[in-house]
Amino acid sequence: MIHLYELYRAMMKPKNNMNNTETLTSWILACKVEDIPENGGACVLLEGEQVAIYNFKKRGEWYATQNLCPHKQQMALSRGMIGSTGDEPKVACPFHKKTFSLKSGACLSGDDYEIKTYAVKVEDNQVFVAF
Amino acid sequence: MKKKAVVVGNGMVGYKFCEKLVAKGGKEQFDIIVFGEEPRPAYDRVHLSAYFGEKTIEELTMAPLEWYAENQIQLHLSDPVTNIDREKKTINTHQGVSVNYDYLILATGSAPFVPPIPGVEKDGVFVYRTIEDLDMMKSHAAKSKIGAVIGGGLLGLEAAKALLDLGIKDTHVIEFAPRLMPRQIDQAGSDILKSKLSTLGIKIHCNKNTQEIDGGDTIEKMVFADGEILKVDMLVISAGIKPRDELAKIAGLEVGSRGGILVNNKLQTSDESIFAIGECALHEHMIYGLVAPGYEMADIVASEIVGNATKEFTGFDMSTKLKLIGVDVASFGNVFAEEPDCQTIIYENKTKGVYKRINISNDNKYLLGGILVGDAEQYNMLLQTVNNKLPIPADPEDLILGSRGGESSGESGVMSLPDDALICSCEAITKGQICHEVMENGNDTVDALKKSTKACTGCGGCTPMVKDLIQSILKTQGKVVRNILCEHFEYTRQELLSLVKIKALKTYDDVLEDLGCGDGCETCKPAVSSILASLWNENVLEKGRLTAQDSNDRFLANIQRGGTYSVVPRIPGGEITPEKLIVIGEVAQKYGLYTKITGGQRIDLFGAHVGDLPAIWKLLIEAGFESGQAYGKSLRTVKSCVGTTWCRFGVQDAVSFAIEVENRYKGLRSPHKLKSAVSGCIRECAEAQSKDFGIIATEKGWNLYVCGNGGSKPRHAELLATDVSSEMCLKLIDRFLMFYIKTAEPLQRTAPWLDKMEGGLAYLKSVVLDDALGLNAQFEADMDSLVDTYKCEWKEAVETPEIRKRFVHFVNAPEEKDPTVKFETLREQIKAEDWNAVLK
Repeated sequence: MIHLYELYRAMMKPKNNMNNTETLTSWILACKVEDIPENGGACVLLEGEQVAIYNFKKRGEWYATQNLCPHKQQMALSRGMIGSTGDEPKVACPFHKKTFSLKSGACLSGDDYEIKTYAVKVEDNQVFVAF
Repeated sequence: MKKKAVVVGNGMVGYKFCEKLVAKGGKEQFDIIVFGEEPRPAYDRVHLSAYFGEKTIEELTMAPLEWYAENQIQLHLSDPVTNIDREKKTINTHQGVSVNYDYLILATGSAPFVPPIPGVEKDGVFVYRTIEDLDMMKSHAAKSKIGAVIGGGLLGLEAAKALLDLGIKDTHVIEFAPRLMPRQIDQAGSDILKSKLSTLGIKIHCNKNTQEIDGGDTIEKMVFADGEILKVDMLVISAGIKPRDELAKIAGLEVGSRGGILVNNKLQTSDESIFAIGECALHEHMIYGLVAPGYEMADIVASEIVGNATKEFTGFDMSTKLKLIGVDVASFGNVFAEEPDCQTIIYENKTKGVYKRINISNDNKYLLGGILVGDAEQYNMLLQTVNNKLPIPADPEDLILGSRGGESSGESGVMSLPDDALICSCEAITKGQICHEVMENGNDTVDALKKSTKACTGCGGCTPMVKDLIQSILKTQGKVVRNILCEHFEYTRQELLSLVKIKALKTYDDVLEDLGCGDGCETCKPAVSSILASLWNENVLEKGRLTAQDSNDRFLANIQRGGTYSVVPRIPGGEITPEKLIVIGEVAQKYGLYTKITGGQRIDLFGAHVGDLPAIWKLLIEAGFESGQAYGKSLRTVKSCVGTTWCRFGVQDAVSFAIEVENRYKGLRSPHKLKSAVSGCIRECAEAQSKDFGIIATEKGWNLYVCGNGGSKPRHAELLATDVSSEMCLKLIDRFLMFYIKTAEPLQRTAPWLDKMEGGLAYLKSVVLDDALGLNAQFEADMDSLVDTYKCEWKEAVETPEIRKRFVHFVNAPEEKDPTVKFETLREQIKAEDWNAVLK
């Protein structure tokens, strides 16, 4: 017998969290859609952690990453400009313009840094982050 | 079993040998063992004086200890080699290590030559070679006011710079010869250098023979042969070098009568398994005291021992270009050739401190060599012209003066060089190699070339030439003829501006939709946002423009270490009432901000949380302040001196005019920041000649200067118009600024804009003064419209709830501040936590 709760979890598994499908994640309500500016980001506080959420309206996509830029350990990524290199969506840290893939979290400007990414979903004008 | 290569000495050349050996696959053939006498791995001695300024030891280090470990190089520091047993092929060290070798490479370098002057042993007398020397100088300098250097050569002048950097304002250079840098430049060049250095506060004494160093335990004065006496607190001796050949002598290797280990063209000593490279080697009666020939020697020996010898050492071009205390000095080819063996052309400008000399062959066909002091921009090209026997212009003076009038004579520049022309002499990279990298491997940036060829990584002198070369190659390939914005816009900034204007596009999204492709990026977003602001002057944070702004524009403040912001209210002309000063103080007190006077005569308040910005600005606006746009690529400040209102020398009211100018152009967004100043008389206290546009009062009106800047590459502004009225002055500035805004590249300041302009200042004058383009009426109308539509961005942000609500750190907890922000206390104010300390 499958517990209803587990079924819910299985359905809600984040789509681009491919490599750790075994990890149980839960969707946390982060904010309202209008809290995040279009084609930009803003920061939310989730269980004591700072998460940057991006409303990539141009692509019709939502992304979330850690807010901390690993280069100088600054809580700043949510204030960065977003855009793309080829088809790869990215965010540029306001401090020194290090860029990171919004999909994989890899640093695209040639350093060895990596940032955490989270799945995002939007329902009823509310934004949820897989945490 | 692997053979053993033992390196004695871990200086720049010793290190370079290891690097070359590794690069040539040497670590598969050899165990590499290195002994260094100093306690730290090799560092950049050429830029040693930077240790007192901008650079740390880490930055000066050639490669960190991990590099040696990664490449399986055994590095023994603080352990000098004490003897060589050539029969058993073994070396012994001070710390008792004994290692046998198949090849022994002596890279022992040199030691400063200290002349036997009575008193050299006193405290306060130093040599200048190692980090330890510098540390000792540093502690002594703290209690010294007057310093001197014996030796006016290259190293001596470097040492003098070190003294200046240590805060010794009264610095003297004592040279025995009749001129400075006797090996590099002639008397006239030395005279110009001397007067240039004197303006920087260094007193030069040539023809001066030091007879005695006098004092108790510590130096007090120097006594010269001509009877003069100089009181000094410290002295640096930099009178030349002597090769470190003592180990070679003990081992019975042949050395020169005046020092130096004798080597042949393979850099082999009299023992064929022992090589000597760098400053300790004596080749054909020459000791090479520069780093480039040392690197060349390292390369040759590394090739030799891996069994892949391709070339021999046959001497080295000693041409050099240096920046000595901010003054360019270069010499190349046959410097001292004189008539009747050649024809000499000399250009001298004592006011500007420029001296140029070229020696031309008697048949007028070839450049033989020359000297540049004060302006060495043409060095790379002149050196190439000598080394490659390139044809020279019919009028050879064009080489140093540029072509004046008439058509330029055929193809010149980097592309005319032959493929084997040496571009980077430190790393021996030819033009052919660079072309290959750019064309075949797509390494078409300086950074990419640094990685793939190491070009530009030594002295860096070849960087401008490498840049030119990349541009020219790409141009021949039809690649980057146009400087397009980025992958999202196939237009130059100028083209994009015209299109956005014609199509009346008002937001970034519309521009991207209509004229671009993809999703945009951090390059095109601010560039397009700047264009939109320059054209329409609508609020930058409305209609979806918010997220197309660079982060500082998005929050109308400058992000600082730790993620807080700084607040800069506009203070036009630097004039402020006591009432307003009090408000600034009260605001800073209320929000716990650090306050500092800026270089542009206003007050910067640091440490504001993003959520506090609207409230802070509300208070400032209520007191009559406006945004200072310190965050934008826009007009910053118009600095002023007091002029006729107070000053007894003033000839015009500089403050009133500065306020008028600042209020006219406030809020004007442009390709890069704009700075201005107004001086009330020729004394120029407002430093107007270092501004994008600067105004200096005359008896009859104003002189207008344009395209100057401070910063890392300071530029003197050029005189555009003389004795113009206030009204005319503003008109000229209108035209100049609009022309700049419409035609410059993104993030290009006015000086580089002028540099790239075909026809230069003469053309700019023809546009702005003579209306050569017929656009001046348009320029003035455009500027009028921008002036009329000015609104204070912060006032709008504070009063518009839609904009104001974005100023929070957590959108789901708007009242909370970023808990990671931490301050420390310094001199009774806050400062941001050191982010490097946090990283450790």
